[in-house]
Amino acid sequence: MTHMISVSNLEIVGRRRHGPAVPIVRDVSLDVAEGQMLALIGESGSGKTTIALSLLGHARAGCAISGGRIMVAGHDVTTMTAGELRAFRGRTISYVAQNAGTAFNPALSLGQQVIEPARVHWSMTRAQAEHKMIDLFRALALPDPETIGARYPHQLSGGQLQRLMAAMALVTDPEIVVFDEPTTALDVTTQIEVLAAFRSVLADRGITGVYVTHDLAVVAQIADHAVVLRHGQVRESGPVAEILGNPRDDYTRELVAACRIPPRTTFPAPVLDRAVETVLDLSGVIVGYGRLDAAGLPERRILDEVSLSVPRGSTLGIIGESGCGKSTLARTISGLQPWAAGQVTFRGEALAPDIARRTREQRRRLQIVAQNADMVLNPAWRIGASIERVLTFFRGLKGAEARNEAARLLDMVRLPHALLDRLPGELSGGQKQRINFARALAARPDLVLCDEITAALDPVVAAAILELMAELQRELGISYIFITHDLHAVRAVCDDVAVLYGGKVVEHNSSQSLTTGAHHPYTRLLVSSVPEMRAGWLTEAMTARQAGRPEPLQVAPQGGCRFFPRCDVRMPGTCDHNPVPVQILPGGARIACFTNAAALVPDGDDGSCPDFHNRPISGTDSPEEVRHDDPASF
Amino acid sequence: MSAGLARLVARRIGTALCSLVFVVVAIFFMTAALPGDVADMLLGQNATPAAAQALRHSLHLDQPLWLRFMHWCAGMLHGDPGTSLLTGRPVSEMLAPRLYNSLLLAGATTVVSVPLALLLGLACATWRDTHFDRVMTVLTLGVVSVPAFLIATVAVFVFAVQFRIVPALSDIRSIHSVGQFILTFAMPVSTLASITMAQMIRMIRACMIDVFSAPYIEMAVLKGVPPIRIVLHHALPNAIGPVANAIALSLSSLLGGVVVIETIFNYPGLAQLMVDSVMLRDVPIIQSCALLFCLTYLFLTTLADIVALASVRKGRGA
Repeated sequence: MTHMISVSNLEIVGRRRHGPAVPIVRDVSLDVAEGQMLALIGESGSGKTTIALSLLGHARAGCAISGGRIMVAGHDVTTMTAGELRAFRGRTISYVAQNAGTAFNPALSLGQQVIEPARVHWSMTRAQAEHKMIDLFRALALPDPETIGARYPHQLSGGQLQRLMAAMALVTDPEIVVFDEPTTALDVTTQIEVLAAFRSVLADRGITGVYVTHDLAVVAQIADHAVVLRHGQVRESGPVAEILGNPRDDYTRELVAACRIPPRTTFPAPVLDRAVETVLDLSGVIVGYGRLDAAGLPERRILDEVSLSVPRGSTLGIIGESGCGKSTLARTISGLQPWAAGQVTFRGEALAPDIARRTREQRRRLQIVAQNADMVLNPAWRIGASIERVLTFFRGLKGAEARNEAARLLDMVRLPHALLDRLPGELSGGQKQRINFARALAARPDLVLCDEITAALDPVVAAAILELMAELQRELGISYIFITHDLHAVRAVCDDVAVLYGGKVVEHNSSQSLTTGAHHPYTRLLVSSVPEMRAGWLTEAMTARQAGRPEPLQVAPQGGCRFFPRCDVRMPGTCDHNPVPVQILPGGARIACFTNAAALVPDGDDGSCPDFHNRPISGTDSPEEVRHDDPASF
Repeated sequence: MSAGLARLVARRIGTALCSLVFVVVAIFFMTAALPGDVADMLLGQNATPAAAQALRHSLHLDQPLWLRFMHWCAGMLHGDPGTSLLTGRPVSEMLAPRLYNSLLLAGATTVVSVPLALLLGLACATWRDTHFDRVMTVLTLGVVSVPAFLIATVAVFVFAVQFRIVPALSDIRSIHSVGQFILTFAMPVSTLASITMAQMIRMIRACMIDVFSAPYIEMAVLKGVPPIRIVLHHALPNAIGPVANAIALSLSSLLGGVVVIETIFNYPGLAQLMVDSVMLRDVPIIQSCALLFCLTYLFLTTLADIVALASVRKGRGA
């Protein structure tokens, strides 16, 4: 069999200025047959991107290919001159970067950049290239294929940019495309569409591919073979089904296990029972910007009449796509973003919208853990100093007392005491996130706001953090608000979950029932978009989606439901005009939808009744009661 | 131009106007606080208290400070900066030829230094950490660290006194051909340009290195784009804002350098007039010169910010 890519005994070293050479990639060998897709799997620092870039003969600043042979489409990449490499890159082999938002030049129009590979290789005329580009846009299901090229990167969404980047890679008809985590930065709902678009385009053109990722579920959809990497070495390689279904290496097993976090085992408290003591209660909170309307409220709403409550000792998950208002909610509760209307009650006391007007006690009891530990920990302060400062500020501890307490907190987050004398730069991402957590715990909070705390971590590390959260809750009885876009994580740590869409809570339910029972159409879309770790899932999901789904509308409705343009059970005339009713189900779950709850049960589940489909609810046939957009009901 | 950009530009100009008001007040009261008295200076040996008093009265120097300030401001608003205390000629008449000469010198320096600095700054950033870059770094840091008068004096000593290639003094009335123009301006322009260029090269290099580390530059490399196209087409448009600011700051510091250079080469420009007027306590001329320098500085920095705003708006939008 001929191999399109054949790498043998590859060695790549990194070198700081005047420092010794440190091996980054050691003795890596891999082969990819023509028309096949190889996945490079590994956590950050495993050398997967470094290997992918070496296929294009590129090493980042400070790195160098120091040994081995890289044969790509008959070329020996390691012996090519700069000029030969220029002719080779973008023509024979092209690259799709992880973050299209930063990999596109903000000062140039997208069309200019997409046809540039064809122009700099003199492979076609401008007109031919533009024609080709429009064909590719159409194949990748981009909106307005004729005119989208005239736009600039900031005018498009992340998912659209990622598809444009694929078009840029394909415009010269290369033999090989290297994908570097192309969907990691996307929402699940977008990821599924981008994956489907990539797969169909690659299959049509018989392109050989290399796909770098840490997401095994994505690997199952798109790759034929996989190589598992750790610390720059190959741990295991073979067909995808083999690696995911029957991993032989310990590390691969750990990776596979991390993608299958068991759901929370403790029996959840009854959902939304107001009799249970609540720690935090939001009612009718509005946050926005722009001009004020007649009622003195902002015209553009980031959060629109959000009402939620967190029972003591439980975890409320907040899910939704980027831009739905998740992080604004965290900033609002913590007092960094004052609200325009509504009320927030914390332990029975009303909270001031502005953090400067909250008492020290209130601030101590409500702590936030941010997504990026690097932005929280002062890089010039030792870990001990960062934690001790919180202890001194909130609890008046000083000297040896503070030192001992800081050590105790490190025990709590399962870190060795030696870290107290280290600087944040010397710690790994997972360790920094644990320190970030310890810093919040140092204040002895009642409620901790966790804003995407696992988003920047590798799956194995993230799973350990989630486990730690649950343990600490059992030990200390703290409550959490857990903001995430990762539904696996929600199931692992949350009791309840609120689904946010366009600043509105569209559903409030128990986290264990996310896959069963009645759900808001948006929740169903979210749940069905999370890739499963088995081959063929993507095909099934896309077929199911195309069968029952009307085309998304491009215009937003003036009133009514914000999800209307993307909804698969939308009823024009009803959903886009009237105030959205809130249905309360027998279990206590709330769904803001016009379609009767009984019709919102997924197909194949007990209780689904086709008769209910697309029948608007009236006041009488609702399960328990219906309130028409009453802010107090949420 | 979008409405958002127009608003931002208007706000930036508003800020500049506020600075201008502050500058006007500061100039007037600082020059008023200068020690010495023009009446004593004019009368010299013959100064009797009565004569000095009479002269002060005729020059309105016995009026309270705030009244003189109001008169001065009113005059400025009408475009009349007053009359020289010594010669009695209108300040504007004395300033005009000097301003022309100074602008000529600054213009010639700009024309020489900006393109060269851009080229060298880009080259340093492109070939970062090579021998070329290291030599340029040593040279630019050396020039930045040495005071302007020393460079000018050494230049005069080497080129005018030892080699006799160029005249030591800039007698611009004797210019009748392009060759003479170049010979006369060679010394002051090259001295001024070397100082401003050194600063510009450092700052342009830093801006460009920042842009070169962006992911879209790596993407361009991986697309097989040739290096020159990467620099000019991908990197430069994203560096316009900071580069424009670097150039404006250097050019406005050029005006500070002008005072020293004009004095050393005896160049009949604005700065020399100002230095002479300080000696003679001719306050209206000092005020007008200072105001002109400040105006140029304000104009250049405001212009650079507007260019930066426009380039950011174009690229990243609202």
